[in-house]
Amino acid sequence: MRLTLPRYLTNTERPHRRRPAAMPLYCGLAGAVVLTLAGAAMTGQVPLTLGQMLAAVAMPFDVDDGQRLAHVVFWELRLPRALMALLVGAALAMSGAALQGLFGNPLADPGIVGVSSGASLGAVTVIVLQLDALGPWTLPLGAFVSAAATTALIYALAMRTRQGGNANLLLIGIAINAIAGAITGYLTYLASTEQLESLLFWSMGSLGNIDWRAVGVITPIVVFAGWLLRRQAAPLDLLALGERQARHAGVDVTHLRRRLVVLTALLTAAAVSFTGTIGFVGLVIPHLIRLLMGPSHRHLLPLSALAGGLLLMLADIGARSLDPPSEIPIGILTATLGGPFFLWLIARGRSMGRHT
Amino acid sequence: MTSPHDETHANPEPAIAVVMASLSLGGRRVLNAIDLECAYGHVTALIGPNGAGKSTLLSLAAGDVRPDTGHVSLAGRRLEDLSVAELAAHRAVMPQDSVLRFAYQVEEVVRMGRALRDLPPARDDTVVTESLRTAEIEHLASRDAMTLSGGEQARTTFARVLAQETSILLLDEPTAALDLRHQERLLRSARALARAGSCVVVVLHDLNLAAAHADRLVLLADGGVEAQGTPWQVLDAGRLTRVYRQPVSVLTHPRRHCPVIVTCDAEGDDAEGLAPSHEADNPMEASFPS
Ligand SMILES: Nc1ncnc2c1ncn2[C@@H]1O[C@H](COP(=O)(O)OP(=O)(O)OP(=O)(O)O)[C@@H](O)[C@H]1O
Ligand SMILES: [Mg+2]
Repeated sequence: MRLTLPRYLTNTERPHRRRPAAMPLYCGLAGAVVLTLAGAAMTGQVPLTLGQMLAAVAMPFDVDDGQRLAHVVFWELRLPRALMALLVGAALAMSGAALQGLFGNPLADPGIVGVSSGASLGAVTVIVLQLDALGPWTLPLGAFVSAAATTALIYALAMRTRQGGNANLLLIGIAINAIAGAITGYLTYLASTEQLESLLFWSMGSLGNIDWRAVGVITPIVVFAGWLLRRQAAPLDLLALGERQARHAGVDVTHLRRRLVVLTALLTAAAVSFTGTIGFVGLVIPHLIRLLMGPSHRHLLPLSALAGGLLLMLADIGARSLDPPSEIPIGILTATLGGPFFLWLIARGRSMGRHT
Repeated sequence: MTSPHDETHANPEPAIAVVMASLSLGGRRVLNAIDLECAYGHVTALIGPNGAGKSTLLSLAAGDVRPDTGHVSLAGRRLEDLSVAELAAHRAVMPQDSVLRFAYQVEEVVRMGRALRDLPPARDDTVVTESLRTAEIEHLASRDAMTLSGGEQARTTFARVLAQETSILLLDEPTAALDLRHQERLLRSARALARAGSCVVVVLHDLNLAAAHADRLVLLADGGVEAQGTPWQVLDAGRLTRVYRQPVSVLTHPRRHCPVIVTCDAEGDDAEGLAPSHEADNPMEASFPS
């Protein structure tokens, strides 16, 4: 029998860098989220001072007459909007991380592979056909059903033609985006003038029309789906070994795949329903977290959620304050950041992993 | 020569029982009425030419594919009655090729072996360290597993399979990428596991490794079992020459006293003449300098 020595004695020889501890990054990101939330609430056409903001926070219901404007701006405009940015960013980043795990490909992003345009198609259908069966939930539900069907289709295509690697997934994305775009185009063509207005507003990817009702709808979806997704962290890690070896180690791949398709569709649909398609968050954020903390999904998913939310809140502050009083659509900002990053990832090559 | 320690294991069920299993893939009969039992406590080596059906038989035992006719049992239970999790508790598989898609570190990959096993987490660190040590990859523990050499990858996969802590191990050409030392080490640890009561089935192309380390050999040819038994029973020069269509001679290992197979030239009028089958009974020890 071998002597069992304490770990600090047996582990002295570690020539390579161990993973850094996760706690500092969680704390740092959480702190940054809180600060950015405050920053987002204070900046804008009507700037609020810290005192005004704190007063509004301290008294959510009764208002001094002198405080009325600040109070309304904070509670009715800025806070729901910043929270929506946080939730949408978290949803997109987690959905990107999960899609990448599912496809075994770091280039999988809801926008690039076509999940977002699938969700848009569902949302546009709901708007144009004026469906209203479930009140405020109709739009996200339509987006979800369409996104789930699209994700399943993309997955089936990607697995059938696996040999193509990166190029293949991107080609599938192009095709799916083209088809979904074409159908969305027909629907837009059929739309009435007032529907067109809401379609245009929505399709540019904007946080300009957010109220508490929307935040109330998206919050449970993102929290619940994120929690369920985090529970799949261990099987997602094993999926990196390929489906066959994952199954050997105890992953029920068929069930896992179904769950991942539903959860990524849910998260993407939640984001797309309220803010249109905002691209590249799901590509950039998980990649940065992987660089910092390694690919293990135990930390990748929650850290991506925090960082994605942070990025989108910052982007929204930028969208509102770069060219006041008008707003730059936030999707344009994330694409400005994400597009070159995407090119760099492709050029770096190694992204498809090891196949021996 | 090795001899199975039958008394060390009291489990009456064979670890793996393949009963009259046939399988066709792409319209071709790949496995033909295979009958095979592998017991706990033994290392069974599957040998045979390329395309004989070794990997297919292994994936049949692993539960990856169902036979068209016949059936397969693991630890006394039909494969179709076992859930994915139960299968993972019974058997670990080292495949012929390995895949990794993100930059996990070697230790993280090894840990994946037991990530979904219902085992006490308190032992995780010990078992992982132990597995790293057995595969001699402790010094690589924090390396990006996507940057490993072929042999280092194979050793990482082997460590992951060990970390799964199952009583049945199915290894498909585990030594193909390994250097001499690690070929020996891997098969020695496989044998140690068998001695401790596991059932190890290993596909090997190197007949000498099979002869030296396996208790039992199963020679497959054209989807059927051509011969099975101890190394001396199976590794008959005439049979090998016919099955592999390559003349061979069978010698005796100077130290281990197990068979040693050497290939011969096919020149001369007929291949049989170069590899007379009586050599198996009359080993040419003299040809080894001692
Ligand atoms: N999916 C498939 N479709 C058609 N034929 C297949 C399929 N998989 C395997 N085969 C064929 O079945 C036969 C047995 O394959 P298998 O992989 O079991 O061989 P093997 O004995 O492991 O060979 P090797 O020594 O080369 O690894 C081969 O002729 C192979 O071409
Ligand atoms: Mg094979």
